[in-house]
Amino acid sequence: MPNYRIHKTEYIDETKRVSFKYDGKTYFGYEGDTLASALLANGIHLVGRSFKYHRPRGIVSCGAEEPNAICQIGSKKDLTEPNVRATELELYEGLEASSQNCWPNVKFDIGGINNFISPLIPAGFYYKTFMWPKSFWKKVYEPLIRLSAGLGKSPTEPDPDIYDHKYVHYDVLVIGGGVSGIIAAKMAAKNNLKTLLVDDKKILGGSTIYQNNESIKIDDKLSSEWLKNEIQEIKKLSNLTIKTRTSIAAYHGYNFLLAKENLTDHLPEEKKKNKIRQRLWKIRAKKVVIATGSIERPLVFNNNDRPGILLSNSINKYLDYYGVTCGENIILFTNNDSAYETSISLHKKGIKNIIVDLRKSASSELIKQAESLGIKIYFNHVVTNTFGYRKINSLEIMKLSEDGNTTVGNKIRLSCDCLGMSGGWTPMVHMHTQSGGKLDFRDEDQVFLPKENSEDQISVGSCNGDFDLENIIDKTVNKINKFLDIDNQDYQDTNIICSKENDKRNIWLLPNKIPLGKTKCFIDFQNDSTAKDIKLALKEGFRSIEHVKRYTTTGMATDQGKLSNMHALGIIADTAGVKMGTLGTTTFRPPFTPLTFGTLVGRNVGKFFEVVRKTSMHEWHVENNAEFENVGQWKRPWYYPKNGENMYAAVQRESKAARDSAGILDASTLGKIDIQGTDASEFLNRVYTNAWSKLAIGKCRYGLMLNEDGMVYDDGVTTRISENHYLMTTTTGGAANVLNKLEDYLQTEWPELDVYLTSVTDHYSTASICGPNSKKILNKLFPNLDLSDENFPHMSFKEDKLENINCRIMRISFTGELSYEINIESKYGHSLWKMCIEAGKEFNLTPYGTETMHLLRAEKGFIIVGQDTDGTMTPSDLQMDWIVSKKKYDFIGKRSLYRSDTIREDRKQLVGLLTDDPKEILEEGAQIVSDVKSKPIDMLGHVTSSYFSPNLNKSIALAVVRSGKTMKGQKLIIPMENKNINVTVSDTIFLDKENKRLNA
Amino acid sequence: MFLINCPFCGERDQSEFSSGGEAHIVRPKQPTELSDDEWAEYLFMRKNIKGIQFERWNHVHGCRKWFNVVRDTSNDKILSVYKMGEKPPVNYK
Ligand SMILES: [Zn+2]
Repeated sequence: MPNYRIHKTEYIDETKRVSFKYDGKTYFGYEGDTLASALLANGIHLVGRSFKYHRPRGIVSCGAEEPNAICQIGSKKDLTEPNVRATELELYEGLEASSQNCWPNVKFDIGGINNFISPLIPAGFYYKTFMWPKSFWKKVYEPLIRLSAGLGKSPTEPDPDIYDHKYVHYDVLVIGGGVSGIIAAKMAAKNNLKTLLVDDKKILGGSTIYQNNESIKIDDKLSSEWLKNEIQEIKKLSNLTIKTRTSIAAYHGYNFLLAKENLTDHLPEEKKKNKIRQRLWKIRAKKVVIATGSIERPLVFNNNDRPGILLSNSINKYLDYYGVTCGENIILFTNNDSAYETSISLHKKGIKNIIVDLRKSASSELIKQAESLGIKIYFNHVVTNTFGYRKINSLEIMKLSEDGNTTVGNKIRLSCDCLGMSGGWTPMVHMHTQSGGKLDFRDEDQVFLPKENSEDQISVGSCNGDFDLENIIDKTVNKINKFLDIDNQDYQDTNIICSKENDKRNIWLLPNKIPLGKTKCFIDFQNDSTAKDIKLALKEGFRSIEHVKRYTTTGMATDQGKLSNMHALGIIADTAGVKMGTLGTTTFRPPFTPLTFGTLVGRNVGKFFEVVRKTSMHEWHVENNAEFENVGQWKRPWYYPKNGENMYAAVQRESKAARDSAGILDASTLGKIDIQGTDASEFLNRVYTNAWSKLAIGKCRYGLMLNEDGMVYDDGVTTRISENHYLMTTTTGGAANVLNKLEDYLQTEWPELDVYLTSVTDHYSTASICGPNSKKILNKLFPNLDLSDENFPHMSFKEDKLENINCRIMRISFTGELSYEINIESKYGHSLWKMCIEAGKEFNLTPYGTETMHLLRAEKGFIIVGQDTDGTMTPSDLQMDWIVSKKKYDFIGKRSLYRSDTIREDRKQLVGLLTDDPKEILEEGAQIVSDVKSKPIDMLGHVTSSYFSPNLNKSIALAVVRSGKTMKGQKLIIPMENKNINVTVSDTIFLDKENKRLNA
Repeated sequence: MFLINCPFCGERDQSEFSSGGEAHIVRPKQPTELSDDEWAEYLFMRKNIKGIQFERWNHVHGCRKWFNVVRDTSNDKILSVYKMGEKPPVNYK
């Protein structure tokens, strides 16, 4: 096996050999490696296939910007993870990774055919080709694209790992632990500011930590040595917290940031167990220093995507940090000085290399150093083509014309096994723009820079466009002193010597003799878009960068165009003949790098996913086989199946029992608001549509509450407990909203009213007993209470004791039966329920759930707000005009009841529906029409509630129908998928219109 | 995520609050006297300003008090908070 590890470095522990599997084959690396550096040490460059053309692709970079080396980690159904960048994944014993974009395998795949038909896959290809016929999309195109593009596999079972969230507050947050970040953190912390420094790498130091060029010195030391000392020093600072392996995912307003800390991803399997995998830090910082550095740009030329073509600076890092050379015969292609650092490093380690430089000449210290070492430099030359299928083996260069727009002279063919490219540097302004900052364009080196730094946020170092070390340190120190309003002198006498770059030459799309249409000049490696695609999009009329981006899919992959956005913009600007600065940039959105769902969700999984509210009777329901329904956060018994009953059978039995003898419902979840104060009656007058002043103490009244727009909002029964004391009930789902609304009016519109509101929903439990035998059961529970209709009539309230415990008993009914609601302090709710059940045994007291409740009230034509109403129904629409007071001067929503729209005769109105076939049960939500022949069919309304009534032995339904009030007796049609159901409009009350049962 | 300075509790995370739309829209004292258009003006019309906006917030997961906020919608900076019934600060607008 070839070994490209050519020297020892302090960051690789050669005593700790690590075995790992890549695409099923076992390899070895060392502790300290990333998967990428270990693969390169084994001579492996080819790591995937490109998205559209399935061209072989290799490792390009050494960091978060990596577009090609995207892996699927692990193969277990619950632990596999897609979209992991090999350049960021630390190697550990037992790691199993596979290349993601390469079905059926990386060396040969079927999609490779696309490479030869690529003239047929232009920009917008997917939009243009796969549009038609529509039915093909789901069955043919999408599976094919997915299969051959290999977008990675999701786990198919729940994630067993533990994730965590933590909130922290700091005076200063420093993002990035390179030179400028370390300086900023030290200055802040030494000035007694509570400081957090985060860096996404395993160790601090950025790219300077492996910088060993002799021409760059700080205080007479190599810059890497100087920086190591600084790191040692800041580790001693007591109010500085350092978090490595921690990357900022999002920078929100008010300096609220999310950071992901990797805690176990670098550990071998057995050490990961029972540990928190990742922690999401929710950081509030008074001030934020952004020191995120910059990333090197590729260059755009024909066939710039072959395996073995990397960013020049990454070659340098693999060499000086990991001890790995990316080749033995390397060519560096550059338009700036930084490739010379790589060249000199390679030369020092005995790796043959030559430089192709776009510039006509250059004269900095670094260049002189390279020249004195005898490194061959082709100034004013451009790479025009590369060769080699699975890895580069040679390339062609040509001389540039005077203006740089064309090539001149003869091709020179050079052999190589690796090409490093450097198109200059792009400041990482993502954090600045995420925080809302704007950008400026600097023409001389074609970079976007943070425009102005606010008082809460500042960018320093190369993310601010300061590239040489002297500039970085001087400016950082000055800016931080000003930003934090401190006077730190630590770096006053620091002596920095470094090479200064003087000459720049930026060409976004490099010239070539071959027509553009026949070249493959890749801009976005991950999404496989080329310079040709961008030009085609412009030719087809796209102008906005946001449109071009989407049309060509440039910058739309998981790397969010970290390497491609600038070139796309540059080519658009050049083609359109406008200045690049005027184009604007695309928006950088969080997260900066992909996040796992586990990290976002944290501990809120399984039973902690959502808050659950249970009544105090809940355990009894569980023990008695109840099926539950979620109503808001409440778990309510839905029905109680017996002997293998299905829902329909159980509900039929429960409904019949409630009307034949007695039924019991847990009504504890209904919202309860305690209303007290001398203006309580006046308050109720204003919030309900009916009048309240004359309600006698000890009486109950049903009320309808509207929104200011006149639409029904909530309903419920309110009881007058004493002169200035009421207990309001609301719907289960509406309780919180009703309280909010009432408080809003009290605080903002009617602060003069003496009214106090308290939510007491959870304070009382409620058992509701209904049916002809309910009075007998009540009598057993409360033998001293006079239950006669004279003493305790319908819609009234009594207090009594159940074994010394106070109960509030309301005689109210939502079923139309004689009915009592017993309220007791919640802690006694379970006992109350059991006593009721016990007392009811001889009367076949049957527990029933929400479904039976809905059926029973529908028989009586009582509405359920939210089921029979949808925020567009007025009381009149519900045929409930009787509840709207004509006398009251004002109440919430009154004025809206006679707006031109609300008095329309043809509004949708609540009606009853009876099916011609009494056995036919309508589907709730089904559309209602009068004529199925004339098209388009006119929709008149829809079914809101529908049941088979065991008490009437026929199907009943409520519906909202246009002009429904005038349609009684009319025939209508419910068109279903395979038949039309004939119905007749009826009254909304199906059972006991005379209310005889209430007093049975 | 805003930091909102509740006039009763102090600075708290936005997640404790709910927004209640434009401030200083007073419910008409005599709605019955209003034409449909006048009522619609109160009921539906809101400013939706880019720039300095006066809005209502409720410390719903805290003291449950309603109060007013002056916010620049172009950068989300909260410039001032004041209690219900207090006059809006004059230096804005
Ligand atoms: Zn508060």
